[in-house]
This record gives sequence, structure tokens and C-alpha cells, in this order.
Amino acid sequence: MEKPDNLLTIAVTGLNAIDSPGPGIAVIRGLREGLHRPVRIIGLSYETLEPGIYMHDVVDKTYQIPYPAAGSEALLRRLQYIHEKEQLQLIIPNFDAELYNFIRLGPALKNMGIATFLPSQEQFDARDKINLYRFGKKHNLLVPKDKIINSPAELNACEEAMGFPLVVKGKFYDAVVAYTLEQAQKAFYKLTAKWGFPVIVQEYINGTEINIAVLGDGKGNAVSIIPMRKLYITDKGKAWAGITLEDDALIKIAGDFVKATQWKGGCELEIMRTKKNELYIMEINPRFPAWIYLTAAAGQNQPAALAKMALGEEQPFYTAYEVGKIFIRYSWDHITDIKEFHQISGMGEL
Amino acid sequence: MYLKKNIATSESGFIFNPSTGDSYSANPVAAEIVQLLKQGTASSSVKEQILQKYEVDPFRLEQDWDDFMNQLKEANLLGD
Repeated sequence: MEKPDNLLTIAVTGLNAIDSPGPGIAVIRGLREGLHRPVRIIGLSYETLEPGIYMHDVVDKTYQIPYPAAGSEALLRRLQYIHEKEQLQLIIPNFDAELYNFIRLGPALKNMGIATFLPSQEQFDARDKINLYRFGKKHNLLVPKDKIINSPAELNACEEAMGFPLVVKGKFYDAVVAYTLEQAQKAFYKLTAKWGFPVIVQEYINGTEINIAVLGDGKGNAVSIIPMRKLYITDKGKAWAGITLEDDALIKIAGDFVKATQWKGGCELEIMRTKKNELYIMEINPRFPAWIYLTAAAGQNQPAALAKMALGEEQPFYTAYEVGKIFIRYSWDHITDIKEFHQISGMGEL
Repeated sequence: MYLKKNIATSESGFIFNPSTGDSYSANPVAAEIVQLLKQGTASSSVKEQILQKYEVDPFRLEQDWDDFMNQLKEANLLGD
């Protein structure tokens, strides 16, 4: 069957629509609804049981790709193979840990005719948890105090500087609120075993957590800003339901962030609003959040807008969105066959 | 003090604060008061209407009014 002339072939990672979900499926949903032309979605997976691999209405074809630790050369070789078969036009990576390689490969991908729309390495590093406090100070953004530690002995100094409770954070993911030195030590060992060194010890800020999905054009403009409050949180701290908010202060802080960093691409700001109405930036995730489809539902389809900008098409800045729009995640037992599992685990593609 | 402009209310007593995402259910009298405040009716006039419509002692109304206003303030629904 011939391909339609206006077919867009877009590769997306983060197909792990599990209890702590990657954003891939939500991104694809946004792309399919918002681009108003035929879209072929190529899934890029790491694990054989990422549900998106088997969701053929959502993902047209999936290829396994090497883990980030294999390095950018191995990833490039695999992408060259996939590109030969699929003629990719755009790749949207959705995991923090893989972004380093994709950013590094940006120029090579461009030479192959594959677009990306990602922050620069400098932008990516500046908002890293390890550099967040310095980043906040530099750009006049309110960020909790922190200390980067490599040994549990340093926890005593953290207690003296910030007092308990403290938030002990892993290098990539996970955070534990510790109320005693023993709890902090336990968290230190647990987090280093899982994510390696260093560990970030952060001042505990009490308040209401708000998340903001942001899309920057790389020139200091925010194309879209959607604030959301979690209405239901899983034991892993993930939103199972959330609602869009209206608050000029939230829009401003996201706009200030984009202006200060010239952020290019999607990101999520994790904000804590204190009782005094101070807005602390707790974390900046350098990619779309898993709840990104809510932006489309609220009237600002960030995945589709990113795709258009990446492909050099005009994308006006969004201003209005629907406040009080709610998402409720649900689980569903998708049924597949052993043949499919064999295909992806044995052949690396499905 | 007044009800914040962006607060959404319904006749059935549903109150939604779009700045925080919080929502509340008000009983019928409270819903009526919130609706009147939302329309910009002055507190004194709302109280007058309540006194005319319901059998309530003015002193008791004042007490309940203060209590209700404190609840609205606590819920971050009132502006200065």
C-alpha cells in the first residue's frame, strides 16, 4: 500500500504505561489528535514488557533500542537501522536518562534528516537536581536549599544546616522525607544502591504540590504553559488524577523559567506553594510529564505543538486553556500473544 | 472581604477554586449566600435577605455568618 504524501513518521520512547508511567503513550495520543494528518508512530523500547509495544492502535511498529549506558554510538547505529526501514522524520525521547545521548546525537540525526526538539546540553545540565540550587540563585528563582553528598557521614552537616525533616533524593529518581538521622541514613543507602552517587539532600518545604507542563521554543518564549494539581497520588508519588489550574503566578514562574533558560522542548516544573503563597521550584524534569495529554484536553496540545516546531512549521503561542479539566488514569489488562512477546524479545522489533 | 472573582459556583452548592483545584459542597443556605456574594451583593444585604427568608434570630445569624466567613477564608475563597 502506498504511503500518503503527507504521512508523518515519528519515533517516540517511554512506552511503559505502567503504575509509574513513561509519557510515551500520552505523547502519541496528543500527536495523533493534534497533527491533523496521517501519523505513523514508531515506538522505541527498552524492556520487552512495555505495554505500548503491544498496543497496535497506538504504536504502529516498535524497535528495541540499547540502554543509555551502552552509549550514543550504539544508539546511533540502531537508529540508522530503524531509519533505513522507516524513514523517520522526528524523534521525541521521553526519559531523563536517555536524553544525554539524544542531545549528543542531535547533529548526526539532523544530517540523516531526522528532527529533534531538545534542550542543549548546557540547559539540560543547568536544571539537573545537582545544580538546581545554583540555577535558582542565578536566575532569581525560589529553590530549596540543598547539599550534594557522597557519604552518609555528611548527613550530620545537612542536619546542622537545614534541620529535620530533610528530603533525601536519588540522582535520577526517588525522594524520601527523613525525620531522623537514622531515616536519612537508610534513605541514603537505599538511593545510592538504586541510582548511584551522589545523593541530594534538600530542605523540606511544606505546602501544596503543583506541576506545570511547559513547552519552550528555544528562543525564550513559552509556547504553552499548563499548571496542574494532583488530585490523587499513588504510593510512588505519581498523579493518578489531576486538574488544570488557573493562577497567573504559576504562569509567570514558568514563563520566567523559559525566558531565563531559553528552554527548547517540553519540560515539567514541580512547584511547591507554601502557606505564604511562595512558589518554590522543587525540580525541573527535562521532558514531557506522563500526564501531558491533559494539555491537549485543556486546549493546548503540547506534543503536537512540539512536533510542528521540530518540523519547522509555524506554531502560534497558546494563551487560553480550559481550567478545571480533569484526568483520571485507569488500568487495563491488555491481552497479547506469546508470539508477539517472542517477536519483540527475540527479534527486537514488533 | 469579597468572594474571589475566579471562584466557580453552582446553584447546587458546588464551589470550585481554580487557583488551587480544591472543590467544596455547600448546604442549600450556604450555597444561596455564596451565589449572592458571587453576584457582588454586599454582606449586609445578603444578611437582610436571609433574615427575611428564614426564621433566624439576628444574633444567631451574626454568629453563623462569622463562622461561615472564617470557613471561606480558611478555604482561600475570600479576597481582601
